Amino acid sequence: MADASYPDNLKYHPEHDWALIDGDVATFGVTWYAQDALGEVVFFDPPEVGTTVTAGEPYTEVESVKAVSEVVAPLSGEIVEVNAALGDAPEAINDDPYGEGWMVKVRLSDSSEVGALIDAAAYEAMLA
Amino acid sequence: MPDVAELRRTPLHDRHVAAGARLVPFSGWEMPVQYEGIREEHAAVREGAGVFDVSHMGQVETRGPQAEAFLQRALSNDVSAIAVGGAQYAVLCREDGGIVDDLFTYRLAPDRYLTVTNAANHEKDLARLRGLAADFDVELRDAAGDWAMLAVQGPRSRDHVQAIADAPLPARMEIATRVLAGHTCLVAGTGYTGEDGVEILCSPDGAGAVWDAVVLRGATPAGLGARDTLRLEVCYPLYGNDLMESRGPIEAGLGWCCKEETGFVGAPAVRAVREAGPAERLVAFEMTGRGIARQGNPVIGGGEVTSGTMSPSLGIGIGMAYVPTERSKPGTEMAIDVRGTQRPAVVAAKPLYRGPDA
Repeated sequence: MADASYPDNLKYHPEHDWALIDGDVATFGVTWYAQDALGEVVFFDPPEVGTTVTAGEPYTEVESVKAVSEVVAPLSGEIVEVNAALGDAPEAINDDPYGEGWMVKVRLSDSSEVGALIDAAAYEAMLA
Repeated sequence: MPDVAELRRTPLHDRHVAAGARLVPFSGWEMPVQYEGIREEHAAVREGAGVFDVSHMGQVETRGPQAEAFLQRALSNDVSAIAVGGAQYAVLCREDGGIVDDLFTYRLAPDRYLTVTNAANHEKDLARLRGLAADFDVELRDAAGDWAMLAVQGPRSRDHVQAIADAPLPARMEIATRVLAGHTCLVAGTGYTGEDGVEILCSPDGAGAVWDAVVLRGATPAGLGARDTLRLEVCYPLYGNDLMESRGPIEAGLGWCCKEETGFVGAPAVRAVREAGPAERLVAFEMTGRGIARQGNPVIGGGEVTSGTMSPSLGIGIGMAYVPTERSKPGTEMAIDVRGTQRPAVVAAKPLYRGPDA
């Protein structure tokens, strides 16, 4: 498992999720802190393309050996792509939370919500 | 969840913090759930040796001329069959047969026994035992404060403990006093992982030295997370998950440790269930598709999952569930409602894990 990191190019939700915003589509995943708190991820069932997600509400689940945890959407919209590879290799969420461990891509329904997310420095300050 | 400030700490707390353990509230104690990772600790116990701090577990000491008669009345197994230096597993039942706790009892001397309780049940057990003891010439003592407890488990565990012991270790299901790392301990050939190993009861002051010595010899510190996956792979029931007051030992598959002819509290109720056959049984299952069933998930057609995890040794979702007896045979297909999704599983023979070569 890599050391703690919080890339500057991402936006963060206080429920330990990140969003990489590219125009009106954003990629979602969980932060280094979240995967560390979960422990070894052993199961991820990707949600379905076409599902509507709402900022601040759970849109999927991730399971460690011990427990099931909900994953919260940092922004609202419709899922347009899922990381199906996590179905067979959920450990990527631990090994590479900002890369191979991405979960879904979402077409945003309200780009003004981006303003409510925090940057890496603010997220790290929140964890401290 | 109780305030962290109210949680009790074991004598090994500083070791856990130093080792980077993730500490969680467990039965009123602050306990390590994992150090490096559950799967790594699990593998260490299956392949080498792991050491667990189980100091949260309670102890009750029974002594006196009627110690055996009293325990025979309280516990489900045939206490008269325990030789001095022996160990025995049993359940403590309510009058209606419901399971109050599951416990190991060690006979330390002809009229002196030590019974190990689950942390969450200790006070409840003690109250029940004290109530029963009024009719016997025995002295019951809450000995939980006397003992720290370590479990060293795995195929290499005896080597590591033997290396710090003053005499040969007791055999499986036996107990003896030994000096370990300079501290007088009770060493028992018991455990709850499905591997060979020992459990060590020592004074709280000596626990750190014993812990350090076995870790130095090569035992991997292992947390409650691995303890749970290890016991579930070999289908040992856990109180609070698989055992509960609302169900009895026959349903739980613990009829082997119930000797109704001894007249223990609850024996008539247990006998009635044994003779009539239980309406439901605790079965082991394996997921046959994707997903992991968890405690509380309903089984379609009746029953519920009481334990579920991803098996580190088998690489599949496993668990235990109460199901109607007619659907309890190994090979029977199941569907489990995992938070709204029906996932397929199959009833499997116990134990689920049968060793590295199986």
